Amino acid sequence: MIVDLPSTTTAAVGRKLVELRNDVGAVALGRVLTLIIVADEAEAADEAIEAANDASRQHPCRIIALLSGNKRGASRLDAQIRVGGDAGASEVIVLRTHGPLAAHGNSVVVPLLLPDSPVVAWWPKAAPPDVSASAIGQMAQRRITDAAEVRNSWAEMALRADSYQPGDTDLAWTRITLWRGLLAAALDEPPYEPVIAATVTGGSDSPSVDLLAAWLAEALRCPVTRGRTRAGTGMASVRLERRGGNIDIARPDGAVATMAQPGQPVRRISLGRRELAECLADELRRLDPDEIYAEALTKGLPRLDRGTKTRKGSRPS
Amino acid sequence: MSPTRVTAEMNPLRDPRDKRLPRIAGPCDLVLFGVTGDLATKKIMPAIYDLANRGLLPPGFSLVGFARRDWAHEDFCKIVHESVRAHARTPLREEVWRSLAKGIRFVPGTFDDPKAFDLLRETVQQLDKERGTRGNHAFYLSIPPASFATVCQQLHSSGLSHDTEGAWRRVVIEKPFGHDLESARELNSIVGNVFASGSIFRIDHYLGKETVQNILALRFANQMFEPLWNANYVDHVQITMAEDIGIGARAGYYDGIGAARDVIQNHLLQLLALTAMEEPVSFKAQDLRAEKEKVLSAMRLPTDLAKSTARGQYVEGWQGGEQVVGYLDEDGITASSTTETYAALKIEIDTRRWAGVPFYLRTGKRLGKRVTEIAVVFKRAPHLPFTETATEELGQNAIVIRIQPDEGVTMRFGSKVPGSAMEVRDVNMDFGYGSSFTESSPEAYERLILDVLLGDPPLFPRHEEVELAWQILDPVEAFWAKRGRPDPYPAGGWGPDSADDMMRRDGRTWRKP
Repeated sequence: MIVDLPSTTTAAVGRKLVELRNDVGAVALGRVLTLIIVADEAEAADEAIEAANDASRQHPCRIIALLSGNKRGASRLDAQIRVGGDAGASEVIVLRTHGPLAAHGNSVVVPLLLPDSPVVAWWPKAAPPDVSASAIGQMAQRRITDAAEVRNSWAEMALRADSYQPGDTDLAWTRITLWRGLLAAALDEPPYEPVIAATVTGGSDSPSVDLLAAWLAEALRCPVTRGRTRAGTGMASVRLERRGGNIDIARPDGAVATMAQPGQPVRRISLGRRELAECLADELRRLDPDEIYAEALTKGLPRLDRGTKTRKGSRPS
Repeated sequence: MSPTRVTAEMNPLRDPRDKRLPRIAGPCDLVLFGVTGDLATKKIMPAIYDLANRGLLPPGFSLVGFARRDWAHEDFCKIVHESVRAHARTPLREEVWRSLAKGIRFVPGTFDDPKAFDLLRETVQQLDKERGTRGNHAFYLSIPPASFATVCQQLHSSGLSHDTEGAWRRVVIEKPFGHDLESARELNSIVGNVFASGSIFRIDHYLGKETVQNILALRFANQMFEPLWNANYVDHVQITMAEDIGIGARAGYYDGIGAARDVIQNHLLQLLALTAMEEPVSFKAQDLRAEKEKVLSAMRLPTDLAKSTARGQYVEGWQGGEQVVGYLDEDGITASSTTETYAALKIEIDTRRWAGVPFYLRTGKRLGKRVTEIAVVFKRAPHLPFTETATEELGQNAIVIRIQPDEGVTMRFGSKVPGSAMEVRDVNMDFGYGSSFTESSPEAYERLILDVLLGDPPLFPRHEEVELAWQILDPVEAFWAKRGRPDPYPAGGWGPDSADDMMRRDGRTWRKP
């Protein structure tokens, strides 16, 4: 069910929510968190809401999408409520602010937060330079950004590293969880030898590749080289060098990976790219600070040997 | 800067603070006996695919089928594909399927043919070479227990079951774990002679369910329930597992076994153990099992079994808008069968916490609807400062843990009816895991198969628990065996009158779940 409330107030939105809940029964109870989606354009927000609806099947939540409309003209708030079949296991409130109100989006969000429940903020596209200091960021325990959606992801990550606060996280990091799991599992097996060097190769524009390299550099304390493939290709391969031979995981086609190790046949494993909804559901699973991400971001990235191109300061194309 | 050390115990990429990192099993394969059974095609194979799809299976994971069929690898592959397409929880992705299919093998043969097991050994050795499974094998015996002895013996004499340096062998068995104490012990010694007790994984799929694991969270992660969780406040506990279906095509298995052996012995007593046990020192397998065993060993049957048990057999009736036949008219059931399709019994627990609090267990087929729940029913408030008419409709408070379907927790308490008069009536407060929770949360079998491959035992009952369960059930079965026919009950209802009488004698009634 979709209910439009043009030119309204948050009190009216709140009343309507209670009314809808009474009409359709107690379905709106049992929500575990509020997810605030901050976006400028309706298109970006719709894609994000769809992913959040999917994720809400695992984490029932109230989704508040905050869109800023035209900043000129009079202050106005347009709202839309979606419940039931149009909202997965969640309830969605789309708030569009106009005029001077657009600069004070947080004020319309506060009255609609679930009582005494965690707040997660998500910027599906561009995010403010210092997310935790932003008005929305301040009310959230968990702040999700997505460096892959920004043009200069390397500069973006430098920003995130400078302003990192516990609770910050980035979907570029979530996307490589399966890769990290595979690499960790590889070191679970004998021979137990230190990794003396590593190479992480992938799309020149992919912050995920940078983060994976940074994570390895920080955890393994060995030189890590960042290899580059065409922009848009995502993660391509990882090599861990050990005295007894190399562990190679390669995913040339973006779907199936091969894993080669000395003394072992080449093994295949499906390693598809993770969908947005899956990544988001993953993010919502844990609301405590991700210290491993913090270390990779703030300590690992500076350790990287980023290849000649970027050393000169030019952005990889 | 010197690189971080790597040892068997210290993997620098596994930081305990890194809670995202998935648990991926080490290189291994799964050998499946009984590939055409319902369980294999509806649960095991789809679960394996779902695990693969979620990236939780190791690279090179292989699945070997063993059955008396004249099949090539491709034929078996087709069977698996069919079952995955029909029953997998996650969408079928071509690339995932292709890489899984590359590791699917089939070994034709009968259980008593040593040559077939030689071929099986060669097949898994080949897999070690080709796909790097490193000699780690899990044997899943999805076969009737009568064949366990033969299969275990063959696994032993072909050398398949011997642990080798740095590699593991595990065996997975499903209920029924025997049909009484004696047969359970026999079964255990058959499997135990071939596999070490730590390598035997008994699957009770209830324990893989999120809601069942949530019992532990509800009780031990919270402050507000545990203080009430004892004889001071609890009046009694009802544990129900009702099925709306009949026996279907399971006549051969079900007849002679009956509801109590089929469900109470394993699922319901496990639920009872989790509901009634003391707080474990930790959630490590040994500590958890220690507490479960303690409470199971404190169970006691009432002395008069005629008054504290009930059993029934469904007769024809209308079930959910459909006319269904009675048990005795089902295919493959003889007209003289005395197998019960409904069983209820009262159990007391001799501990300080539960003294005087009866636990009522019931299960049945062709009941009103499909539901499994644990209801902890509280005593009435000792004094009600209302007039009697005001609280006429007030029942007893209850916490209901709904296991399936519609997983969640319900709290039942009194609330004032709006209006000028003071009138108090029961209301429900509901916690649900979200309406579509089951679609995206892992299925019990996924969790359990992954735990087998990881060698993580907390969710698998130990042999001692199985024995304790039989010790409580054996006298009941012996008593029933002397009493002739079970009481009839119409399909679609809530069991025989004798079950209601059993509650009435105690001044209680069954919940309508």
